[in-house]
This record gives sequence, structure tokens and C-alpha cells, in this order.
Amino acid sequence: MIISTIAFYLFAAMTIASAFMVISAKNPVHSVLYLILAFFNSAALFVLLGAEFLAMILVVVYVGAVAVLFLFVVMMLDINFAELRQGFLQYLPIGGLVGLILLIELILVVSGWALSPDAIRVGAETAPVVSDLTNTEQLGHVIYTKYAYLFQIAGMILLVAMIGAIVLTNRQRAGVRRQNIAKQVYRRPEESMAVRKVEPGQGV
Amino acid sequence: MEIGLAHYLTVSAILLTLGIFGIFLNRKNVIVILMSVELMLLAVNINLVAFSAYLGNLVGQVFALFILTVAAGEAAIGLAILVVYFRNRGTIAVEDIHHMKG
Repeated sequence: MIISTIAFYLFAAMTIASAFMVISAKNPVHSVLYLILAFFNSAALFVLLGAEFLAMILVVVYVGAVAVLFLFVVMMLDINFAELRQGFLQYLPIGGLVGLILLIELILVVSGWALSPDAIRVGAETAPVVSDLTNTEQLGHVIYTKYAYLFQIAGMILLVAMIGAIVLTNRQRAGVRRQNIAKQVYRRPEESMAVRKVEPGQGV
Repeated sequence: MEIGLAHYLTVSAILLTLGIFGIFLNRKNVIVILMSVELMLLAVNINLVAFSAYLGNLVGQVFALFILTVAAGEAAIGLAILVVYFRNRGTIAVEDIHHMKG
């Protein structure tokens, strides 16, 4: 029990510290690396909560796809980041004020909150956690039966995002030679060959 | 000390606040703003998974999965728009983006 408590505080502190470094790092490449660290630590928090499948999905999707996408964009665009950081301190007071007020409100909500006994009953009725199955199996039993339509819609969202990203970033460059297969297939022997009768000793 | 639901909710509240703070702090840099949005979505996910674990209800985890999907799509589209904008104008300063006012 004491080990899980220590683990929670360690992972929570690391998540928050790396999230703070994401927004305050001077170099955006460092920001992305701290973002990856924050994702890893919150995946560990998910494991502590017993949501192993989501933890692994977080590592695969966020660290493997989203964060690497950010890294690609940050490194490939030639951006003057020092110029973008001007006025960093100018927004500090108002941003800090808004953040502080929001944090106080959220902590008031969290501390002055009580669980209705009905909520536990409803949860046990709709999709209860069955202890003799693994987390992945339980999620599969729920997603592919009750939430099958939502699952399909999630797939459609990913398809639209993929097509949108390809359409947005695809560009046709001028002066690039491409293979035109139809033109090659329709080529006739008469347009490309000529039979010459060459007399001996005269040349063409 | 037993780790309760309130601990996880506090972590997620701090994470959400840091995300909003990051948007204010890096007002000119769209990339860091997108990363702040990712942090806020992560905070929401921690919230949902914590409630799911402590109420014994799997629906929270299902919902977190769909949020993950939408966040991945949003990041891909946002970064694609950013790349196109940079290709056209040579900068990504947010304050210059007022040419589409209509």
C-alpha cells in the first residue's frame, strides 16, 4: 500500500513538473520532449488506476504518433522562436491571475464534493467492472457491443482527419517528371520506330 | 495514506490549469498552444479514468478512448494547417492571422 502511495506521488509530481516545463521551456523541441515525459507519467497513473489498456494506448498513440508529429513539425519548419517569445512576460500577470482563479475554483469543487450512493448503483448496472477479466477484455466487451456505433464514428473521424491532413499538405510541384502509364500504353510502333534501308558503304 | 479519488482530481485540475496558463503565456506560438490543448485533454482523460476506477464503471474508460481518438485527429489537422500556413506566409505568429476576416 505504501509503495503505491509513493508511486502515485512520484508520477503525479513528474506529470505536473513536466507539464509546467512544456509551457515554459525556451526551445519548442524541449517542450515536445517534456510533453512526451508528461504522457509517460500519466500512463503510469492510468496503470495505478487499473486502466492498463488506456495506459498502453496513451503510450502508443500519444507518444508514438502525436508527440512525434509535433517533433517533426517543430524541427522541419524554419521558425524564429526567439521572435515568438517576445511579450512572454507581458502576458504573465493576466495569465497567472486567470490560472490561479481557475485552480482555486477547481480545488474548491474537488474538496467540497460528495458521491451520491445512486452513482455507484448506476455504474454497477450499466457497465460494471468484472474482476475475473482483464481490463482489455472488459473494454472490448463494452465497446464492441454497447458502443459499436460510437466506435465506427471514431473510425470515421480518424479517416476524415487523415484525408484532411493529406489534402492540406499535398502540393503539386512544377517541373517534376512523372510516369504517365496511359501514355506509355497507348504508344504505337509507328510513332516510335522507323525502318530505314541502308545501302552498304553509305551510312544513314 | 490511502490515495483517493480527490488526489487524482487534484492532479487533473492542476494539469488543466497549466494548459490554460500555457495558452495565455505563449500567445504567439501556435505549436505550444496546440501542446497546451493536448495537456488539457490529458487532464480530462485522467479525470474520466479516475471516476471510472473509483465508481466501478467502465463507461469512463470508453469515453476516454474516444477523446484520445479525437485528440489525435485534432493534432494532425492542426499541424497540417500550420504547415500550409507556414508555407504560404513564412511565419506562424498568431497575431498575423487576421487575413481571413471576410
